[in-house]
Amino acid sequence: MVGSLRDLAPIILVIGFFQVFVLQQSVPDLVGLIVGLLCVVAGLTFFIYGLEMGLFPIGESMANAFARKGSVFWLLLFAFCLGFGTTVAEPALIAVADEAAKVASVGGMIVDSDESRSSYANGLRFTVAFSVGLAIVLGVLRILKGWSIQYMIIAGYMMVVIMTMFAPREIIGIAYDSGGVTTSTITVPLVTALGVGLASSIEGRNPMIDGFGLIAFASLTPMIFVMAYGMVI
Amino acid sequence: MEFILQLIDITLTTIKDVIPIAAIIFGFQLFVIRRPIPNLKRVLIGFAYVIFGLALFLLGLDKALFPIGRLMAEQLTNPDFISQWSDSVPGQLHWKDYYWVFLFAFLIGASTTIAEPSLIAVAIKANEVSGGAIGVWGLRIAVALGVAVGISLGTWRIVTGYPIHWFIISGYIVVVIQTIWAPKMIVPLAYDSGGVTTSTVTVPLVAALGLGLAETVPGRSALIDGFGLIAFASLFPMITVMGYAQITEWSAKRSSKKERETAEV
Repeated sequence: MVGSLRDLAPIILVIGFFQVFVLQQSVPDLVGLIVGLLCVVAGLTFFIYGLEMGLFPIGESMANAFARKGSVFWLLLFAFCLGFGTTVAEPALIAVADEAAKVASVGGMIVDSDESRSSYANGLRFTVAFSVGLAIVLGVLRILKGWSIQYMIIAGYMMVVIMTMFAPREIIGIAYDSGGVTTSTITVPLVTALGVGLASSIEGRNPMIDGFGLIAFASLTPMIFVMAYGMVI
Repeated sequence: MEFILQLIDITLTTIKDVIPIAAIIFGFQLFVIRRPIPNLKRVLIGFAYVIFGLALFLLGLDKALFPIGRLMAEQLTNPDFISQWSDSVPGQLHWKDYYWVFLFAFLIGASTTIAEPSLIAVAIKANEVSGGAIGVWGLRIAVALGVAVGISLGTWRIVTGYPIHWFIISGYIVVVIQTIWAPKMIVPLAYDSGGVTTSTVTVPLVAALGLGLAETVPGRSALIDGFGLIAFASLFPMITVMGYAQITEWSAKRSSKKERETAEV
């Protein structure tokens, strides 16, 4: 509880400073603000408590079980499902996809009607979800084989740079942003625990060097796939 | 009463978001691994805490922080407000006149990142795995600094109108160069910290700031220039986290060198 309060103190200070000294006005709904802040503090406390009780242990125990079972096929299928399933329903992604459809219709890339907009947005959503599934598969494969992450990520960046040159200008900002929005608050702890658990149960892998990096893949591939989507459609 | 209804509503939405994840986990556990989950009861209670905690957290953000944050972003980017603090001719604002916006972007980027739940999760894990070598707060502050620099640079880009890919590509070049020199064990974590920074707290506030700016700065289009701030916020933490490790390593080397020198004397 004290910890969560400390986590939020900076936001309160920043908002207070700007309200009083820069914008020079009183806070509109003070009671609502305080009640809201208390909710945030309590929520953060519960979340972190549940994280160490539920999300971390399940991620690690599943990683252990898969490593002992030794079936690469099921592990990769699980990785794909986890990436795809958590992304396709992500509210932030749905919002970005709708915005992107608006940009596309204004830019004349698709017909300006509700129907074509929603099919564009859905296509984009499934593209991003597919690319995140693929990213987790690739990341898990990397942990299994012990490939070093640098070359893969740098190669990914090069692809982003090359595609930037050819992709329509309207899609670039959205493509770059879509990398950041795919990783939700529940996915991140699970995926991290999965990676670290896998790296600790496979001999010869260092959890620090091999365990992290799954999220990096999950934020890189959507950029490439969204630009490709913009070029194809 | 209205408050409780909202809480129930948000809890239901959160459950809906968690259902696919839970279905995948329990499906694989049941049909592929075919082994009971260790401490099943504890894990389920943990899940309940996570869902309830997240729902409360989102409700609080929705009630308290987002309305005021959005309002402030709107007010700060309003041309009338900006002219009030500058000596430039109204209608011909220079980018330097937006200094309050840049400061706000910096501070709000840093402070929301400190409160980001997924970053806390990754920091806890990294601390555990590294055996305490990577401090929870060290990592969180390094990431927060990265987001702060990223977002203020991103707002500056919107005001000046330079193309986004120049910034992102030069950022990548810095990341590649740092990767060569940074301690091996930090590299994957640094790459990860780019992606975790931007979720529940940061994105809505930052998006409001970007759209507000793109709407009011003459010559910018909200649709094209309003995007891209999140990309900045995910790029710079990689640079600062590797920088943090480089500085820690450098100062550790220096102090051990000093110790040896004193021991020799």
